[in-house]
Amino acid sequence: MPRWLAHTIVVVLFAALIALAFSRVNYAWNWAGVWEYRQKLLQGFGVTVALSLTSLIVSTLIGMLAALLLGAKNPLLEAVGRVYVELIRGTPLLVQLLIGFYVVASAVGLENRYVVGVLLLSLFSGAYMAEIFRGGLAAIPQTQRDSARAIGLTPWQSFRLVILPQAIRLVLPAVAGQFVSLIKDSSLLSVIAVSEFTLAAQEVNSFTYSTLESYLPLAAGYLLLTLPLSAVSRLLERRYRYEA
Amino acid sequence: MNLEISGLVQRFGATTVLDSLDLRTAAVRSLVLVGPSGGGKSTLLRILAGLDVPVAGSVAFDGVTLPRDEPSLRAYRRTVGTVFQAYNLFPHLSAMENLLLPLVHVHGLSESEARARVRGPLERFHLAEHAAKRPAELSGGQKQRIAILRALVVQPKRLFLDEPTSALDPEMTAEVLEMIGELKDLGTQFVLVTHEMGFARRAADLVAFVGDGRVLAHGPPGEIIDRCDVPRVRSFFARILP
Repeated sequence: MPRWLAHTIVVVLFAALIALAFSRVNYAWNWAGVWEYRQKLLQGFGVTVALSLTSLIVSTLIGMLAALLLGAKNPLLEAVGRVYVELIRGTPLLVQLLIGFYVVASAVGLENRYVVGVLLLSLFSGAYMAEIFRGGLAAIPQTQRDSARAIGLTPWQSFRLVILPQAIRLVLPAVAGQFVSLIKDSSLLSVIAVSEFTLAAQEVNSFTYSTLESYLPLAAGYLLLTLPLSAVSRLLERRYRYEA
Repeated sequence: MNLEISGLVQRFGATTVLDSLDLRTAAVRSLVLVGPSGGGKSTLLRILAGLDVPVAGSVAFDGVTLPRDEPSLRAYRRTVGTVFQAYNLFPHLSAMENLLLPLVHVHGLSESEARARVRGPLERFHLAEHAAKRPAELSGGQKQRIAILRALVVQPKRLFLDEPTSALDPEMTAEVLEMIGELKDLGTQFVLVTHEMGFARRAADLVAFVGDGRVLAHGPPGEIIDRCDVPRVRSFFARILP
C-alpha cells in the first residue's frame, strides 16, 4: 500500500471517530456567529505567524550562544549555561511568562508585550535548542578533530569547515521538531495579553459562546503551520541518514 | 630523514606511556615502528606528527627540533602528512572535496590549481573514478587510500601513518600496503606504525621496536625481526610470527 493511501485511510477513520463523538453529544453548531469574527481570527493567526518566525530566529541564536556556554572550559561560563538550561527546562512556561512579564520586564521598564513575549518565548525555546546543539557538537567523533588538526587547520577553520557542517546535519531534524513545539507554545503568550491566535479564539468564544466553533479553527490553524515543518523534518532525516 | 629523539616522556594521568625514550637514526627514508599494543608506538607517532606535546624530552628531524607551542606546531603539521587508523576523511565532503580542502584552506591554492594538483595522483593510484563519491560510498581500502592521497598532495616532507591498515580486511590491507610500497619507490619518506611484519620487512629501512615506553631495539628489518638478541623483542616475534 502506498504511503499516501495509508495516511488518507487513517485520517478518514480518525475524522469519522471524532464526527461520531460529536454526533453523540448533540452539539448545536453555530458557525454563523463565529464567521462574523473571522477577521479577528485571521489577525490572530497573522500575529502568531509573526511571533513564531521571530522567536524561531532569536531562539536559534540564544540556543547557539547557550550551547557554547555549556561547552565552555571556564567553569563559571559552563555554570551560567547549565543553570539557564535546567531552570528553563524544569519550570512551566506559564510561570516563566507571568514572572518574566509582570516582574522582570516591568522592573527593567520593558513594556511592549510583543517584544517581551518574543524574548520570553525565545529564552524558553533557546534552552531546548542549546541542548540539541550541544548534543550535535558532542556527537562529532574526536577523530574528525584530529584529522582537521593533522591537515593543519586552525581551530576556527576546523569548527567552520569540519565540525559545524556535520553537526548541523545531525541536529536539523531535532531543530525542526523544536520549531513545531515553539509554534504551539506561542499560544501561551495569551496569558500576558498578546493578541495572538489563541487569545483571538478565546475572545471569539466569549463573544459568541460557541466554544467548539472558536477552537476548532484554532487547531486547524496550528496544524497548517506545524505539518509542513514536520514534513521537512522527516525529509531532512531521510536525506542525511546515509552519513550516520 | 635524520631522526634524533632523546629522553621523551609522555604521561596520561597516572599512566606513563613513554618512559624516557631515545632513538637516533642515520639517514633513513622509511622508519617502521613495531611492538606490542599499549607499548607506546602510536603515542610516539602522534608526538612525531606534531599532534601531541610530550611531558619532557625532545625530537629533532634533520637537526630541526620540534616546537612545543601550538601555533608553531600547526605550522609544522602543515609541512607533514598524517594518516590515522580510520575515519580520516570528512564524511560530509566527497573524496575530491576532501583532497581539495587542505590545498585550498591551508596551502592557499585556488580551487582550479588544487584540482590540477590532485588529478595526476588520483589517476596514478586508480582513484579517479571514485572522486565524486562520499566516504560512506567508498570501501575501507578506498577511504584509506584517499586519506593517504590527501596527506600526500600537499607535498609533505614526510608521512606519518598510524596503523593505516589495522581496521581493514586482508584484501583491503594488501591494496593499501601496495600503495605505501609504491610511495616508497617514488621516494616518499615515512614513519609507519604497523602490525604487518611482512610489509615491515619489505618496506622499512629501519625498524624500531617500541615496548614498555622505550625503544628496546632498532636496526635493519632482518636484524630486528629475525635475529634480535633482546629477549623481550625475540619473544614478541616468536609469538606472532609463524
